[in-house]
Amino acid sequence: MTGKRSRSPQPHPADSAIVNMLLKEGIAPVISLPCNMLAGLLREIERHPVAHIQVCREEEGVGIAAGAALAGKKPLLLMQNSGLGNTINALMSLTRLYHLPIFLLMSHRGGPGEKISAQIPMGEAAPRLLETLDINYIYVRSAKDFPGFATLLKKTYKQSLISAAFLSRRLWDETK
Amino acid sequence: MRRSEVIREVACCDGLNVANLGFPSRELYALQDSPRNFYMLGSMGLASSIGLGLACSQHRRVYVIDGDGSVLMNLGSLATIARYAPSNYCLLIVDNKAYGSTGNQPTHTAGAADLLKIAKSAGNGIVRRVRTIAALRRTLRVVSQRGGIIIAETDTQSEDVPIIPIAPVDIKKRFMKEVKSRSKKS
Repeated sequence: MTGKRSRSPQPHPADSAIVNMLLKEGIAPVISLPCNMLAGLLREIERHPVAHIQVCREEEGVGIAAGAALAGKKPLLLMQNSGLGNTINALMSLTRLYHLPIFLLMSHRGGPGEKISAQIPMGEAAPRLLETLDINYIYVRSAKDFPGFATLLKKTYKQSLISAAFLSRRLWDETK
Repeated sequence: MRRSEVIREVACCDGLNVANLGFPSRELYALQDSPRNFYMLGSMGLASSIGLGLACSQHRRVYVIDGDGSVLMNLGSLATIARYAPSNYCLLIVDNKAYGSTGNQPTHTAGAADLLKIAKSAGNGIVRRVRTIAALRRTLRVVSQRGGIIIAETDTQSEDVPIIPIAPVDIKKRFMKEVKSRSKKS
């Protein structure tokens, strides 16, 4: 499924819609690690005038996001939910400590249709981890969730918050 | 060479300074407090990343005062720095071969690890090692113009300096005000 998508020359409507929302909010930079669910979205980001920084590890991305936020930018970290585990100390002892904004946009692995068993434990734990850390999050499962996503993006930078969204596999299957 | 002597040279450069947690921040604060300084209080390992995000997001020169223990914690950052290599980014690694803020336990640079070779192999073009203040001054002039990485070998001495008495949010607010004020002028 994702393999087919990554070879397709036409952008998926869900990926186009997300990039348009990032552009509209003035997100910069997008700091990313790859995931095969995010392959199409990453390609769309590269096709648009969005500052994009690829990192080696998610925690590093939290640092870069903090530096960008100190310059008044609106950074977003794009990653798999498995990467959340690599960000936690930095999110608390850097982003939260100084009240800096960051949006964590994650592909949600480990749900229905997951073929990699290693994704399941963290996929289940990720939402509960965010709750423990008092990080507001939403699920983006279909185009119906896009307005809520755009609202949370805006609120994140206006109020200097840490927020998150989980992109479900369903989003790409059901958005036409 | 002492860490505080190295920090004094950087403080004179009139850039934006990102100082690593522990003694680098505290010594910079004691030597020359300024709204140009961002003092890290936590998130060990991320000084080089914070500075990179800052350098990629505005035009003013950024000096990161990092340490060997912290860089070893975030080695991938050296590859990311090489990939984007902003010319307004100077990473100064104070290499005292010890975790200076926790009791001088040896780091792996006290053994075989060589941060100069690691930084070069990660793809960074300008990487210099200095052992004297005179060499540091010369190298800072080059790196200030073109960006790059300086590894300053020091002894493990730390100064008797206080804990920074500024609230984290206030460190951020005055730093952001400083960044914003200068970017408007240019």
